[in-house]
Amino acid sequence: MSTVTASSTSRREVVVDSLGVGIATGAYGVSFGALATASGMDVWQACALSLLVFSGASQFAFAGVIAAGGSPWAGALTSTLLASRNAFYGLALAPRLHLRGWRRLVHAQVVIDESTAMALGQPDDDGERFTRLAFRLTGWSIFVLWNLMTLIGALAGQAMGDPRTFGLDAAVGAAFLALLWPRLTAWPQRIVALIGAAVATGLVPLSPAGVPVILGGVVAVAVGLFIPHAADATDAPAEAGQREAR
Amino acid sequence: MSEQAVLWAAILVSGVASYALKLAGLSVPERVLAHPLATRVAALIPVALLAALIAVQVLGEGRALVLDARVVGLAAAVVMLLLRAPFLVVVFGAAAVAALVRLV
Repeated sequence: MSTVTASSTSRREVVVDSLGVGIATGAYGVSFGALATASGMDVWQACALSLLVFSGASQFAFAGVIAAGGSPWAGALTSTLLASRNAFYGLALAPRLHLRGWRRLVHAQVVIDESTAMALGQPDDDGERFTRLAFRLTGWSIFVLWNLMTLIGALAGQAMGDPRTFGLDAAVGAAFLALLWPRLTAWPQRIVALIGAAVATGLVPLSPAGVPVILGGVVAVAVGLFIPHAADATDAPAEAGQREAR
Repeated sequence: MSEQAVLWAAILVSGVASYALKLAGLSVPERVLAHPLATRVAALIPVALLAALIAVQVLGEGRALVLDARVVGLAAAVVMLLLRAPFLVVVFGAAAVAALVRLV
């Protein structure tokens, strides 16, 4: 998106691009709904997570910990750790969105990977008109669709009965991998991922469910800080941008 | 508290925490969060946690480690990601492969 110059970007392009990302992302709310009910939550709990947490990886993580038999509080901690990146997206967005008062309170809910990437991808020499448009359209189209598709997926998942028959237990790992994949852009990230997976695996027989994920994550981040880093490892919104670039 | 009440409480706490983090990012002065170390940790957390989640989700069965159809499903997901398949195709494709392996 960064190669698009201000003069060649039209309002229509911004609208089409934002809604395109919104529809593509919102649609996979159906997989969250199905996996959440497969993990043992009911339809309303799945919908509450999508409405309130509204951050894909955090929600999948919560469901994953519950599915593994972990305590809901381990799920909440894992979910919150994953949601911490949204604070950094907000930091990057704040000087370009200029949100004040109730508008900030409302729009804060849609500060996520995709809305950040779309907003920061707009040229910044037009008084931020396109930045704000891309942020709102992407964020809110995802919000509406994601919640609707969660409900549909949850109802379908509940109707299916034993999730193992349909391989839904395997789909959780695939969902995490699909979320991780675009972040494995360089060796430091790949090493951190391998360490996280290895430590968590080693801890499964030794600790209660939910703990291996949190400890594995913490150890991997700690080790990662000692790895000489590539420039892109420090730029969270750019990573989200790469996700869109695929 | 009953098991369901704990689950609901954890869902509400996750929701409040997630919203508070988003709002904090939009609200705090830049210097509070813009420390290079904080930025690096924030970038590494999703990578580390998602990888740990994959491992536990695919290999864990309670407190045991098992190799079953889920590993085949994950391998199928890797192939689909290499072929740049969209998210939904990867997720439900992996489910279908695992379900097929269990039928055989």
